Parts: sequence; C-alpha cells; structure tokens
Amino acid sequence: MARKISFKGRVIKEGKAAGEALVSPAPIGFLGGVDPESGLIVERGHPLEGQCIGKRVLVFPTGKGSTVGSYTLYRLARNRLAPAAIINVESEPIVAVGAIISEIPMVDQIDISDIRSGDWVVIDGEVVTVERARQDTDVC
Amino acid sequence: MRLTPEEQHWLAGEAGPGLRKAIEIVVALGKIYGAEDTVPVGSVQIAGVSYKNLGDAGLAFLHEWAAEGGHIRVPAYLNPAGMDLHDWRKLGIAEDFAHRQLDVIEALSRMGAVPACSCAPYYIGVRPALDEHIAWSESSAVSYANSVLGARTNREGGPSALAAAIIGRTARYGLHLPENRRADTLIEVHCPVESEADFGALGYLIGKQVGNAVPYFRGLGIATFEQHIPASTDTHLRALGAAMAASGAVALYHIEGVTPESRRDNMLREDARTLRIDSLEAGYAALNSTPLAQVDLVSVGCPHASRDELLQIADRLRGKRVTTRLWVTTARATKEAAPHAVEIIEQAGGLVVADTCLVVAPIEALGIRRLATNSAKAAFYAPGHSRVDVRFGTLAQCLEAAITGRWPGGPAEVR
Repeated sequence: MARKISFKGRVIKEGKAAGEALVSPAPIGFLGGVDPESGLIVERGHPLEGQCIGKRVLVFPTGKGSTVGSYTLYRLARNRLAPAAIINVESEPIVAVGAIISEIPMVDQIDISDIRSGDWVVIDGEVVTVERARQDTDVC
Repeated sequence: MRLTPEEQHWLAGEAGPGLRKAIEIVVALGKIYGAEDTVPVGSVQIAGVSYKNLGDAGLAFLHEWAAEGGHIRVPAYLNPAGMDLHDWRKLGIAEDFAHRQLDVIEALSRMGAVPACSCAPYYIGVRPALDEHIAWSESSAVSYANSVLGARTNREGGPSALAAAIIGRTARYGLHLPENRRADTLIEVHCPVESEADFGALGYLIGKQVGNAVPYFRGLGIATFEQHIPASTDTHLRALGAAMAASGAVALYHIEGVTPESRRDNMLREDARTLRIDSLEAGYAALNSTPLAQVDLVSVGCPHASRDELLQIADRLRGKRVTTRLWVTTARATKEAAPHAVEIIEQAGGLVVADTCLVVAPIEALGIRRLATNSAKAAFYAPGHSRVDVRFGTLAQCLEAAITGRWPGGPAEVR
C-alpha cells in the first residue's frame, strides 16, 4: 500500500503538474550550475551533480547566484528539459521569476524533509501530494 | 498584496498576455518579500542584454514578450551588450554572435527601451533624485543609485526589471521602505585607502563578509567639496560599490558626511555589528589570480568610465604606444563627448570600446587568456566567467602593463 501525504504551500507560479521527485539538500544556482542544453546539474561538488532535472519535480531549499539564472530556466523549458514543477522551502527572486516566465508550476513554504527522491509528487495550485510506494523494509 | 483596479485587470489577462506576464512577475516578487502594494518608478535599468548570457532562448523570450504586447511605459535603459554595437568587427567578434546580439538590441528597442548599453547610466544623464523610486538591475548601478544618489531600488533581476518597465511599477519592499535603508554594519577601516584599486579591494573584502548588509563607513579620508562629490571621489565610490555588489550582495551603503542619506538622523542601527578592516592585502591577493606578468588584454572602465577618466587616461597615454590590447570601456554617449581624448587613446594603439565590457563580452572566444584590470568587480568575475588569469591593480599599473606588455614590478609582486 502506498503512503500519501498532502501539504499546503504558497503558490509562486500557479499550475498542475506531476512527476518523480528529485530532492537536493543544497541550494541550486541555475546560471553555470545547470546546463541548459542537457538538463544536467553541472556545479562541481553539488549533491545532485550529474543528475538530469528534466521532467522531475525539483525539490530544493532555495535558489542562489546570478539573476541571469532566470533566463537559464527559460532556456531549459525551450529545450523541453525543464523540471515538471519546483518546490522550495523559501523562494527567492531568481528561481521565482524563472518559473513564471517558463510556466513551471512552483510552490514554496514546504517542509522538504518529508520528500525523498523517487517519490511521486502531484502539484495542484497550493496543494502538494507526495506518494511513496511502501518498501519491504518499511516497519509500519 | 493590495492591487489597484488597473493592476487586477492586467493580472486577469484582460489587457493581454504581455501585461499579464509583467504584473505576475512583480506580484510574485511582492509576495515573497511581503510587499503591501506596488510603487510607480521613475526609471528602469534592464540587465540581461548580452547575447553571451541570454542565448537563443533568451532572445526568443524577448521576441515573444514583445509579440504579446509587452510595451515599456517608463524611461528604461539597457545594460551593456556583448560587443561594441558599431565596431564589433574591430574587437574580433564573430559575425554570427554579432547578428544575434543586434537582434537582442532591436527587440528591446522595439519594446521601448533606450539602447544606452551602459552599466553607468548616471554618467549619461540618468540621475534619479534623492528618495526617488526606481527599478534598476545591474548590481553596480543599483549600489550607486541607492548610495551616491539616495534613490530607492532593490537589486532587480533582468526579467523583473523588464516587467517593471512594462507596468511602470515595482513591488514596494526592501529598499523602497525607509526602515530597511538604515545601516546594520559599521565598517572600521584601519589602513590607507587611496587609489580606485584600493577602494575596489576594500569593497571585495567587505562584500565577501557582509553578504547583503547595509554598511556604514566613517572617515576613509574621502574628499568632498562641501556637499558636492568631486570626480576622483565619484570614481572611488563607483569602484567600492561595484566590488561590494559583486563579491557580496550589497545594494546600499552610507559614508558619513559624504553620501546624502548619511546626513539624516539615526541611519546607523543601535544593534549594528562592526567589521574591522586592518589591511587590503588579502583583497589584492584574492583578486590577482596569477603571479604571471604577461598580459593579453588590459581593460579599464568597469563599471563604465566617466568622461573625466577618459581624459585622465588620454593624458597618461599621450605620446606613448601600447604593445598589448587595451580596452577602455565606456558608454557610447561618453565616448562621443570626449572625441579628442578618444583620438589620443587610439593613436596610442588603444581602443575606446562602447556598449560593452569585459565581463559580458565573450573574451574567451577572442583568444584572451591573461587579463589586467583596475576593476575589482571584473577581477572577481573574470576567472570563473571568462576562464582567464587576472592581474589587478591601479590604473597606472594597468597602463604600464599595456605599454610594456608586462605587469610592472616583476612576476611576484601583487601590489
């Protein structure tokens, strides 16, 4: 039986989306940190270095770096490599503006410690639903 | 957020997708930062102009927004482009890059922006008044407008500045509010700070340590003529502000008795922390990425040189010849206001380059690997952004390097 939890966050960009979560414990800086041509995280030493963000529900604490990063998110969207949705703990302007201009649904004020990479996440406006298939090792 | 009936009408898409996108961006930022409402702005500075940074997708985005009816309704000025818009061939810029860059300028101009292509619009007639609300991007310009002119702006990003230009308003948060303009960090400087390079090194050290704080300086031995800031001081403040905004995120600073808001009461918070600077050595060391003496390009004018600086540079180059590439970057309007100085610099073999700078031009594609500059901002960004080795020092050292081809004083000397 799968486990389902729902959260209510704050809408940064209104929309509906679903996808497999990709969770980063560290902030993400899009200009120079994500390759807009491949969708890969390329920042040296980043916990998600080498992973592809395309079509994933990208979960991370907050954005960082150059304000040109908004345009990098846009380039990803044009290349069909953008995340399906973005979930932050606390939004900052670069990612917020990037999500808006790229039409990527985005919610913040979510406790991301409840989400793991691989969870199935559905976003509908301010509601985020996280579904995790039960593992054999689950105790309860 | 409280929106006017007109803003609600825009947000509902009733005035078209262009205005809807613009107000959405402004409202989203307002939400994040707790803005109660929006405020009209007197001018906008738009970053995200260099094709190097925008790419084809960024260019497509601008075309799309223009086609959706995004039309600028307040004076809005462009940041530097990736090349000199007239003399790009002289710089060695590729034809392909040039056409796309010109396309970016065309798209933004059609939307209603002024293609000033300068990071120092305050030198070419764009000088907001004390307390005037504006929406500027470009971190060094934000710092100058807030600190030296006492205008009010946050560090707008490229798309949010364009959004503000389209609706003529920005979210009223951050530095638009007087209580957020009080200094929270007192800077005590216990070493001489004399040249523009010294001010840049100082700014680099402070920015790194204070992030987005509001610093407050006493002293610094800055010359003012009653309430007027002379040209040399202006150059120093430009260097200080640009560096703090690059290594940190400082958008506003106060210098007691020098900057306009410092004359108001209670501009330093009681709970301000203190940062003490005893030496600039660490700054110079960090900004000189290499001990090598050879240079491929000497570039001065970041942020864009003032007319006064063009005259100074011409003075130092009169009768001399450079042996490396020398760029003096400035606004086109400044270049056109100093034709005799330009002639002297070019007779010496230098180029007075308009519309761009070494941070946003694709210098790596021009074969440049070793750079010398008197700009702490440029020295900070260049190794990562443009994959070059950097020598950083005063204008005099930079011009000597341009003439001899070698950084003065031998390979090991940093200062």
